[in-house]
Amino acid sequence: MSYSKLSEIVEVSKAQEIPFWEVVLQEDMRERNVTKEESMKMMRSMYEAMQQADKNYNPKLKSASGLAGGDGAKLEKFRMNENRLVGDFLAQVMEKAVKMGESNACMRRIVAMPTAGSCGVIPAVLLTYQEQKNVPDERIVEALYVAGGIGEVIAASASISGAEGGCQAEIGSASAMAAGAVAFLEAGNNEEIVHAAAFALKNMLGLTCDPVAGLVEVPCIKRNISGAVNAVISSQLALSGVRSAIEPDEVIASMKRIGKLIPACLRETGQDGLAATESAKKVEERMRQDF
Amino acid sequence: MNLFDIIGPVMVGPSSSHTAGAVKIGYVTRKLMGEPIASAKILLHGSFLATGKGHGTHFAIVAGLLGMKPDDSRIPESIELAKAEGMQVEFGKIDLGERHPNSVELILEGVNGRTLTVIGESIGGSVINIASVDGLEANFSGDYPTLIVHNLDQPGHVAEVTSMLAHKSVNIATMQLYRASRGGNAVMVIECDQEVPQESIRWLEHLEGVEKVTYYSLEGDAKS
Repeated sequence: MSYSKLSEIVEVSKAQEIPFWEVVLQEDMRERNVTKEESMKMMRSMYEAMQQADKNYNPKLKSASGLAGGDGAKLEKFRMNENRLVGDFLAQVMEKAVKMGESNACMRRIVAMPTAGSCGVIPAVLLTYQEQKNVPDERIVEALYVAGGIGEVIAASASISGAEGGCQAEIGSASAMAAGAVAFLEAGNNEEIVHAAAFALKNMLGLTCDPVAGLVEVPCIKRNISGAVNAVISSQLALSGVRSAIEPDEVIASMKRIGKLIPACLRETGQDGLAATESAKKVEERMRQDF
Repeated sequence: MNLFDIIGPVMVGPSSSHTAGAVKIGYVTRKLMGEPIASAKILLHGSFLATGKGHGTHFAIVAGLLGMKPDDSRIPESIELAKAEGMQVEFGKIDLGERHPNSVELILEGVNGRTLTVIGESIGGSVINIASVDGLEANFSGDYPTLIVHNLDQPGHVAEVTSMLAHKSVNIATMQLYRASRGGNAVMVIECDQEVPQESIRWLEHLEGVEKVTYYSLEGDAKS
């Protein structure tokens, strides 16, 4: 990826009079030396894998630690309950995010985007969007290029690794990617796409990576929900005309600096934060292996 | 990082390093072996040892040794499948010192009696490094066809191997040389842009001073 700033993608989009997603597509064609058809076929296969993963959710599965599994079914049931708090769109986003996170923890096939730990954020938003708004697959595939372009810029100029930048780099990046994708689907312009991403990332800055027993379960699975819901509200914010006071590329640069300032004990080392609690220690004890 | 490192890969969870990377270490090792594996001793180091159980690292490595790739949905059943295929599997722990925290040593015997010992490191995302082969340094990623020649540390062996590659129009991407001691055991690890023909590998095996030739082929892998 030769773009390390969102503003560069926006500039190319303007200069060549092609949409944001097509700038990302062309860069993929150049970088991997593939045709438009090959690139789009690959992206379609990613979307199909997400659809499959969502459909194959099994509420009976439990992860090896026993911490993860079954919550997706609870949310699904509660979504049908008229006493639920949030509207159907967000209720479904929540349900799909947790289902994907649980599937990952239970060794099912998922799409890491950008990472396995954050695999629920983007599918939750896009699969729900398609179901509720009834748009064709092709449109969602285009939205995935938007998400991918945002993710590539973040990876190039900050990080998408929890060990490097904390959870803000994983769930935060996924949330920014999803926010931009939804803004695009809602016919947002380039400015709205990048500001939606900026809002989403700003809300996640400073988030640490302190998983219990080093597993991609607690707090990761439910944090997929907050990343996904955050993406939707950030999109709504940008589409309403509100703008981020901080330039989107500066938000990404801040995420990088904050990541470096997060102490190592809170960057996927399992040494502090939630991982250091009494409850976490019990899980760790149980998971210790004997030979 | 390309677009499909961000949107993708499709993989069996939960962890790109502890699950997908572990499958890849097993998969590359199985290909290095060149024959089905009869018995495998799997020694876990560092974080693989500490958190492997919760990440399904055991299933992942065995799946790879059976020839599965990181997106194979049978990964959680790999240990049963190994049993069904008659592959003996034994797990243990090891301290590999300064190696990457996500490392494993694999001590293998093939169905035709070939033996192989590999140390694999899962170095982030699902990227791996095969750090050592049969006790000598290696360091390759499994992204290229890779030729590993164990020979005696004598003049001329590098020239023999590289001339053969030139003759077969195989371009060298990277090349590394290591030796245990002067005049002792040495190894060359050559990542290539093209596949090395089987007959050339057999030819190398018969050269005097060449003790073992191991080849990792990308043939049969889908191009990604």
